[in-house]
Amino acid sequence: MSLAPRIILDGKQLGIIIQRLCHQLIETHDHFEHSVILGLQPRGVFLARRIHHQLSEITKNKEIAYGDLDVTFYRDDFRRKDLVPNKTNINFIIEDKKVVLIDDVLFTGRTIRAGLDAMMAFGRPADVELLVLIDRRYSRNVPIQAKYVGQTIDSVSSEKVKVDWKETEGEDRVWILTNEKNEDNHK
Amino acid sequence: MTRLSTKHLLGIRNITQDDIELIFATADNFKQVINRPIKKVPSLRDITIANLFFENSTRTKLSFELAEKRLSADVINFSASGSSVKKGETLIDTVNNILAMKVDMVVMRHANPGAALFLSKHVQAKIINAGDGAHEHPTQALLDAFSIREKLGEVRGKKIAIIGDILHSRVALSNIHCLKKLGAEVMVCGPRTLMPKYMGGLDVKVEHDLNKALKWCDVANMLRIQLERQEIKYFPSLREYTMQYGLDKKRLDSIGKKIVIMHPGPINRGVEITSDVADSDQSIILDQVENGVAVRMAVLYLLAGRTEN
Repeated sequence: MSLAPRIILDGKQLGIIIQRLCHQLIETHDHFEHSVILGLQPRGVFLARRIHHQLSEITKNKEIAYGDLDVTFYRDDFRRKDLVPNKTNINFIIEDKKVVLIDDVLFTGRTIRAGLDAMMAFGRPADVELLVLIDRRYSRNVPIQAKYVGQTIDSVSSEKVKVDWKETEGEDRVWILTNEKNEDNHK
Repeated sequence: MTRLSTKHLLGIRNITQDDIELIFATADNFKQVINRPIKKVPSLRDITIANLFFENSTRTKLSFELAEKRLSADVINFSASGSSVKKGETLIDTVNNILAMKVDMVVMRHANPGAALFLSKHVQAKIINAGDGAHEHPTQALLDAFSIREKLGEVRGKKIAIIGDILHSRVALSNIHCLKKLGAEVMVCGPRTLMPKYMGGLDVKVEHDLNKALKWCDVANMLRIQLERQEIKYFPSLREYTMQYGLDKKRLDSIGKKIVIMHPGPINRGVEITSDVADSDQSIILDQVENGVAVRMAVLYLLAGRTEN
């Protein structure tokens, strides 16, 4: 059975969720003096940059540390598919910092597992938290949970969750797509 | 482009421009990795690589070994001296014995042109040519072009002169293929006796006057005189070669522009290039060495991770 692609969050809803996530982060991290934000390449960085921007405005702290983290070299599916790296851009060390890892969709958890490894090349953090926009329940392959969640959804593994951003697709929205051909929908 | 068009890296001649660009984009990431406090990534943790050096090498062997270790591969080393090759074992037998120990990739240097190609037809492992006689040395050409791209922003449209012993140089041939594929203009310069006849078929300029070549180019790649490959005398004396084709500060300053100086090593200081030129701010010789590790990591990573379908 095939379903048409459906939008589960539009731009307005997405904006409200991001606003809420920012305030949740501030509850824990206060002014972010000891915290850093890492966006996971390739798709998590759009959410992470937006959160970083809004946090700077709300906290009036223009110095919040931000980096893009690519996990390609740390993945566990090397040789199962062709993996092309993206850019890592972190010009600080995370030693003794509180790290907020940010990705768009949490599905099997394998990307985050790789991210935890990749991050360690930049020091030993005091604490690591995970923030995701979409948490796909009941689909985890590894015991990883997010502390901050935009929206939790139930979906079957043949479906794919896609997050569009103004910067790349021209509009902010979250889709559920059905992909019958490819059962292996690791993002 | 997410994968290489080839299963082995035998030469630059049989890879595409897209392959080269994919290798460079991947090498950019590895260059950043090797400049971090922790220089190692776990990508090749379940891959075993044999470095088979049937011919002497310092830089290439070290560079490959470092690249392999930075990718967390298991590495075994073999060099012809002190092995059964001296007892008369054939190349195929030597390699098959090593492969029976479950090796995934082979990095090989051999004195015979085509040795890597021959091997790729007879064994299952992925082969990387680290120099086969006077034929090709693909990773050297890739790191040279990568270094030019880094220094000048791009390779396309740039004028590169390859100067010295072209006849015995695998670096020259691989460099010509690589630079042409990337859209550069290439000139070879050297004595007539060290200029192979087939140059006409490669669409490169041929020059015998070093001063003219230097005035023409943006980058001069100075090659070493390969005395170990010369069975007969190709020029009267090293001193005469140096007078005609040696690059010194005076000659470099006389051309009236700042060109980039490269050398694949090992340098014969005072023969093809003087120390003050090799160590000057126009020289990118040590950048070439650093980039060599990043480029070889990229090649190893892309070949090892390449899916079969």
